[in-house]
Amino acid sequence: MRYLTDRKRAEGRGAAHSGTADHWYMTVSAVALAFMTPAFIYVMGSAIGTSHEEVLATFSRPFPAILAGLYLVVAMQHFRRGAAMMISDYSQGITRKALTIGAISISYAVIAAGVFALARIAL
Amino acid sequence: MADANRVDRPLSPHLQIYRPQLTSVTSILTRITGNGLIITAFLVVWWLLAAATGADSFATADAVLTSWFGDLCLAASTWALWYHFLAGLRHLYWDAGKGLEIHTAEKLGVAVIAGAFVLSILTFLVV
Repeated sequence: MRYLTDRKRAEGRGAAHSGTADHWYMTVSAVALAFMTPAFIYVMGSAIGTSHEEVLATFSRPFPAILAGLYLVVAMQHFRRGAAMMISDYSQGITRKALTIGAISISYAVIAAGVFALARIAL
Repeated sequence: MADANRVDRPLSPHLQIYRPQLTSVTSILTRITGNGLIITAFLVVWWLLAAATGADSFATADAVLTSWFGDLCLAASTWALWYHFLAGLRHLYWDAGKGLEIHTAEKLGVAVIAGAFVLSILTFLVV
């Protein structure tokens, strides 16, 4: 038996302290990624294996460059939350915190490196 | 007071002694493919960074990605990405409150695995 009133049980944003914000972000990014994935696979699949000049020419064009940049940012934000979900399922305490911070750092590092590379090629 | 009788709660069956089912295996695969794809992200971003840096570094990255091992990694990544793509669509369908009956969920599991193979083969043919 829980000594909580109905109101107390419904108040606040739950054990996650952020309500369903994370789940909603995963839904939104999943839809965005679902639209971009076929085009992203086509662009990357076509570019990998070509010569250096051809790769530079491909990512100098607006569509492949914008798509690759957008995909990287959204995919890494999606990864960050998915990885945090896995980490909080399998670890606790300081390990969980350290791994979560690591996953967030990795996702931003991948975004920074990828966007820098695309900007340097395209501009 | 809320956790006074916590010890009396029944334990759920432990994962290791639970018979694998299509629904549970496809769910675990969604997690493995999603998190594993970070390796692909590293490879692709490294390759892009090398292309942006110069001819020498591009030659190194390109040699790795187009080697037999690179091909194997990218082929596995393609399957993993398509699998995660289809499993994600399945999640969106479930989130809408549809397809949760056991026989439908199992059919969706088969569709996700088979679909990933079909889309991967199509990808290898097109690009």
